[in-house]
Amino acid sequence: MSPILADVLQVSALVAALALVHRPLGDYMARVYAGKKHSRVERWIYRAVGADPDAGMRWPAYLRAVLAFSLAGVLFLYLLQRLQDRLPLSLGFAAISPDQAFNTAASFVANTNWQSYSGESAMGQLAQTGGLAVQNFVSAAVGMAVAVALIRGFARARTGELGNFWADLVRGTLRILLPMAAVAAVLLIACGAIQNFSGTQSVTTVTGQTQHLTGGAVASQEAIKDLGTNGGGYYNANSAHPFENPSGISNLLEIFLLLVIPFAMPRTFGRMVGSVRQGYAVVAAMAGIWLAGVVAVTWLEAAHPGTAAQLAGGAMEGKEQRFGEGASSLFAVSTTMTSTGSVNSFHDSFSGLSGGVLLFGMMIGEIAPGGVGSGLYGMLVMAVVAVFIAGLMVGRTPEYLGKKIGPREMKLAACYILVTPALVLTGTALAMGTGNGESSMTNTGPHGFSEVLYAYTSASNNNGSAFAGFAANTGFHNTALGLCMLLGRFLPMVFVLALAGSLAGQRPVPASAGTLRTDKPLFTGVLVACIAIVAGLTFFPSLALGPLAEGLAA
Amino acid sequence: MNTSARSTARLLFSALRALLVLTVVTGVIYPLVITGIAQGAFSDRANGSKVEHEGRDVGSKLIGQSWNLKGTDTPDPRWFQPRPSNSAYDPLATGPSNLGASDATLVKTVKEAKQQVASFNDVPVSEVPKDAVTGSGSAIDPHISPAYARIQVDRVAKENGLSEPQVENLVRDHEEGRDLGFLGNEKVNVLELNVALSRLTDN
Repeated sequence: MSPILADVLQVSALVAALALVHRPLGDYMARVYAGKKHSRVERWIYRAVGADPDAGMRWPAYLRAVLAFSLAGVLFLYLLQRLQDRLPLSLGFAAISPDQAFNTAASFVANTNWQSYSGESAMGQLAQTGGLAVQNFVSAAVGMAVAVALIRGFARARTGELGNFWADLVRGTLRILLPMAAVAAVLLIACGAIQNFSGTQSVTTVTGQTQHLTGGAVASQEAIKDLGTNGGGYYNANSAHPFENPSGISNLLEIFLLLVIPFAMPRTFGRMVGSVRQGYAVVAAMAGIWLAGVVAVTWLEAAHPGTAAQLAGGAMEGKEQRFGEGASSLFAVSTTMTSTGSVNSFHDSFSGLSGGVLLFGMMIGEIAPGGVGSGLYGMLVMAVVAVFIAGLMVGRTPEYLGKKIGPREMKLAACYILVTPALVLTGTALAMGTGNGESSMTNTGPHGFSEVLYAYTSASNNNGSAFAGFAANTGFHNTALGLCMLLGRFLPMVFVLALAGSLAGQRPVPASAGTLRTDKPLFTGVLVACIAIVAGLTFFPSLALGPLAEGLAA
Repeated sequence: MNTSARSTARLLFSALRALLVLTVVTGVIYPLVITGIAQGAFSDRANGSKVEHEGRDVGSKLIGQSWNLKGTDTPDPRWFQPRPSNSAYDPLATGPSNLGASDATLVKTVKEAKQQVASFNDVPVSEVPKDAVTGSGSAIDPHISPAYARIQVDRVAKENGLSEPQVENLVRDHEEGRDLGFLGNEKVNVLELNVALSRLTDN
């Protein structure tokens, strides 16, 4: 079979699988969050937490609960790493340094999973399985909870209440993430991913050399790492490591896991606001941008521009033989556009322009389809902006789903879309201006600048992938990137929840002949154009200095 | 003021309890149950798909190995050689070169690797496939392309005193297509191929 045909079939199979589960999973999630009943385990958990799951929270209370839970997560993870050498199952590794422990704690609680450490040579089994993997579940559940709170803001009228954070957190974890991760983990093990507690084993090879193989609860972590759009690999090589991602089948399964919840959330949204067509308009915008990225990167990697790639006869540097260029490109686009950041090949060695596409996928704010939860709320904020701009064009008061988009709503939406660009550009400028950027580069010239830009873009947008030549484990970058991750995660949540509260308090306006239809292809087009313009205007100069300069020179 | 401090403390305490309960569920029960299923139903795979030779484990079929002459950086001509590795196939230091597609250092590395592979296998430079001159992402890639295996046949046959058709057949038996016909890439597992080769030379 020709490589092109195989690539086309691979993408088609993925799209078909995602389309097949879109409705049942989206509907199921809507039922989970709208349900009134509590299971016995959940009741027990609420008692242990000391929370009333039926008490409605207004947006400030919801936000306080989100922040308190996340703060507890950061402190717990920090201590787990700092005390690693004194706790069991450490595999003999030392305690993590204060700046790296802060960076890693911030990273996993912010659903970023930026890794300035190397898994197989720094983190013991307790830190990985009992600390990092737990945040893979709960940070994802927090993102979904905030998205559901925003949906309720649209769906409810004349109430300030957005639901109960503890109920949303526990249900998201127990009823959605846990069962799906368990099935995925078993499938990954069937493909060859490992799952044991054997520690490091030594074997003598045929030629008489010694090889050390690190064991661990890899498959169980791999499943939630992808499903929760987290991305932190058990090993340094992440999903390029054969123990994490052993075959072509496991590879497609992992890409499916990255995309399945983010692409199903618009259905949940449509269900909960009472019009599934509203969800289709949103998912169409997500899918269009994602597919354009897949086509661009697959084509660029097949054409392999760049002196070294041309000389080698293909863009296989940093890619695994069992995946090849096609499956690597598909993974790369899916992981950068979902805020996951796990990698099955190394983006630093992709062609300059491919790197630019991957960067742009993050710069649009991780919304195509974005992280679990965060992708949907990011896209809905962009929809609010699109409605506003379209409203200005026709001279009508903008409204979305029967809610007026007034000055307060627009201020909150504008604040939301300013947070990550401010972090990315200030962070990059600060790193470059102080010389900390240059001293961490592996590559030189425009590509070296791309490494720094990629690092700050990835951290601020909570992606977590890297142009991994960038030496991130320094006091400056651990601290600066840690702050970018925390602010890039929680400041937008503040604005989203405030927006949700303001929408929920409104009286709905009935649709009239002058209302812009937001469930039509025209609106999808306006939405995509708004996203491209906002991100393009913000980031074009920085892209021109890095990937564009490199790509056009090649 | 006092009441707000107290309610903040109460909230933080609730958050901590929620975290601990969810840690028990997702950080203890979940991995243990999955490990139980894995060890019960797929113990071979869950423990790393070990390859056995002459009664002992000689590695994992998923983890590439170095086939250099012992204690040197020189490839041993008797064995099929894997892709270049950024870490000399040490699984405790996985990760790639991270050099850009136009990088001068990478250009030099590729150029040298092309010459080395061509002269080592006595084939023209134009026949050296891309995977033979590029480092993988993991640095422990267990596979090479069928093309890279084929250009090594003559050398391996000569060095081991085997006939070329014998070794050719061996390579053909170890060529794997794409999974399900369209997923991933075509490949040959180097460890399995060399173990089979070793069986052939022992007889």
